[in-house]
Amino acid sequence: MKKEIPLLIVLICGLFMAIQFFVPNEASQFLYRYALDWVIVIGVFALALGIWSFTKVSYDKISRRSENWPYAVVALIGLFGMIFSGFGFFGGMESYMYKHLFQFIVVPIQATMFALLAFFITSAAYRAFRARSALATVLLATALIVMLRFNPFLGPLGDPIGAAASWILNVPNMAAKRAIVIGIGLGMVATALKVILGIERGYMGKD
Amino acid sequence: MIRQIVWLFLLALLLAVCVQAQEPPAAAPGMPAAPPSPPTNVVVKDAPDDAGHAVIVSWTLSADDGAGRRNIITYRILRAETPAGPFTERGVVGLGTSLYSDKGTDEESDPNYFQNHKDFYYKVVAVTTASEAESAVAGPIQAYGQWYNVGRTPVLIAVLIFTFLTLFFIRQAKRGAYLYVRPLAGIEAVDEAIGRATEMGKPILYVFGLGTASDIATIASFTILGRVAKKVAEYQTSLIVPCYDPIVMTVAQETVRTAYLDAGRPDSYREDSVYFVTQAQFAYVAAVNGTMLRERPATNLYLGKFYAESLLLAETGALAGSIQIAGTDEPTQIPFFVVACDYTLIGEELYAASAYLGREPLLLGSLKAQDWAKAAIIILAIFGFLAATFGWPEFVSYFRVTN
Repeated sequence: MKKEIPLLIVLICGLFMAIQFFVPNEASQFLYRYALDWVIVIGVFALALGIWSFTKVSYDKISRRSENWPYAVVALIGLFGMIFSGFGFFGGMESYMYKHLFQFIVVPIQATMFALLAFFITSAAYRAFRARSALATVLLATALIVMLRFNPFLGPLGDPIGAAASWILNVPNMAAKRAIVIGIGLGMVATALKVILGIERGYMGKD
Repeated sequence: MIRQIVWLFLLALLLAVCVQAQEPPAAAPGMPAAPPSPPTNVVVKDAPDDAGHAVIVSWTLSADDGAGRRNIITYRILRAETPAGPFTERGVVGLGTSLYSDKGTDEESDPNYFQNHKDFYYKVVAVTTASEAESAVAGPIQAYGQWYNVGRTPVLIAVLIFTFLTLFFIRQAKRGAYLYVRPLAGIEAVDEAIGRATEMGKPILYVFGLGTASDIATIASFTILGRVAKKVAEYQTSLIVPCYDPIVMTVAQETVRTAYLDAGRPDSYREDSVYFVTQAQFAYVAAVNGTMLRERPATNLYLGKFYAESLLLAETGALAGSIQIAGTDEPTQIPFFVVACDYTLIGEELYAASAYLGREPLLLGSLKAQDWAKAAIIILAIFGFLAATFGWPEFVSYFRVTN
C-alpha cells in the first residue's frame, strides 16, 4: 500500500492534467487552478523544511568547527537578519532596514555574480574556439562571422558579413535548434507517460 | 472690357456651383452631418474552444470605409441585455476591421465580467469625424464553455499515436525482444567519473539547477541521482547535493537514502549531504561555486533545468579541475555546457539517461518509441516540404494547432 497509493495519486493527477489540456470548459479550468494552488501550498510548507535543512547544516559546521566554519556563521546571520528585518515589529518589508539590506547588499551582490558571466563567457569562448581540429575550425569561423556582424568598422564588408551571419542563424542554427526542441518535446511526453504509468519512479525515492 | 470681366465672373460662379453640386454637402454649423453608410450583416457567435465568457462579432464594412468624405475612422461595438438597450460600449476597432472578440472575465466582482448562458445583443457603429451610423441589432447570443478544444485535435492524435507506440515497445521489451539503443558518451562516463572520485578520495557534486519538482528535467534527474547515489554508496565515496528548491531537496533526500539502503550501506548515508541553499538564483550560484572551490569535488554532475547560472557553474567547475557531465532541456544553455563540460547530454538525452543507466526493458521500450516518433516527424517534415514546393500548402494546415 505504501507504494500503490502514491502511484494511484500520480496516475489520477497525471491523467487529469493530460485530459484537462483538451477540455477548455470552466469546470476544468477551475480544477486546474485548484491543483496549481495546491502546488503553492506544498511549496510554502517545503520552504520551512528547506530553512530547517540550511540552519541544521550550517549549525553542524559551526559546532564541529569544520573547515571554513566562519562562512556558516555569516550565512546564518544573513538568513535570520533578513527574516527578522522583514517582520512586522521592525516595520515589515517596507522598513528602512529591510529595504536597505535588500537594495544595498542583496541586489549589488547578485548583480556582481551575474556580471561574472562576461568573464566566464570569454574564458569559455577561448577554449571552445581553439582550432584544434577541422570541426573546431568550422566552429571558430562560424563564431567569427556571427560576432563580426555587430562590428561598426567593417565598412563595405559589413553587409555581406551581416547577410552571412543572418543565414547561419536562420538556417543551419535554427534547423539544429528545432531538431533539439522536437526531441525534447518527445522526451517530455515519453517521461510523463512513464511517470503516469508508474514505470519511472525515481521521484518516489526508488526507481 | 467690363463686359468680359462680368462674363468671366459669371463663368467662375457657374463652375463653383457645379463643383459644389458634385461634392456631398458640408455640414453647416449647427446642422447634423450626413451619416455614413452603416455596417451590415452583423453576425454574433460564441467564441470557440474556450471556457466561455467571450463572443465573436463580425460585420460587413460600411460602404464609406476608406472612401469619400464620410471616411470611417473607427467601429464601436455595443452590447445590451435586451434588443432595445441600453447599449454599452465593449470595444473599438480601427477602419478596415470587421471582426471583434468581446472577451470578459469569469470573476463576478470584475467590472469586465461576462456571464455565461445569458442572452446578449450587439450592434456595430461606424464612426466618422462628424457623425456615426448604427447597424441593425444582432442576437441574442450566449457565451458558453466547450467540453473539447477542437483546435488541439492534432495534438490529441499525436499523443495517442505516441502513447500507442510507447506501450507497444514496452510490451515488446517485456517479451524479451532485443532493443538496440545507441550509446551515449556522457552516460557511459558516469561510472568512470564516480571511479575517479573514489580513487582521488574526493566528493561528487550533483546539481539539479533551478528546476522545481514538477519539471520533467528534474524528474528525470531524480532517477539519475538514484543510480549515481547507489554507485557512490557501493564505492564509499561522498556525495554533495545542494538544492535550489525545498521540494526537490526533500525528494532528493529520499532518493539518496533509498539508494544507500539498496546498496546495503544505510549507515553511510548522511542527511546533510543533500541540503537546501536558497531560492535566489545568483546566491545559489555563489554557494555552489564556493563549495566547488573549497571541497574540490572530483566530479560535477549538472543534470536538470538550468538558466543563466549554467556557465557560471560549469566554468568554475572547469577551473577547479573536476570532470564535468551536464544535461539540460534548455536549448539556450546547451552551448554553454558543451564548451565548459567534458560530456553533455543534449536535450532529450537527459530523459533517456535513466533508461541507459538501468538498461531496464520497460524504460528502453519508451526510448524506442521516441526514435520511431522522431522518424515519423522527419518523414512528415520532408513530405511537408515537398507539398509546399509543389503547390499543396493545405497539407500544413492539417497539423496546425489553433488554440
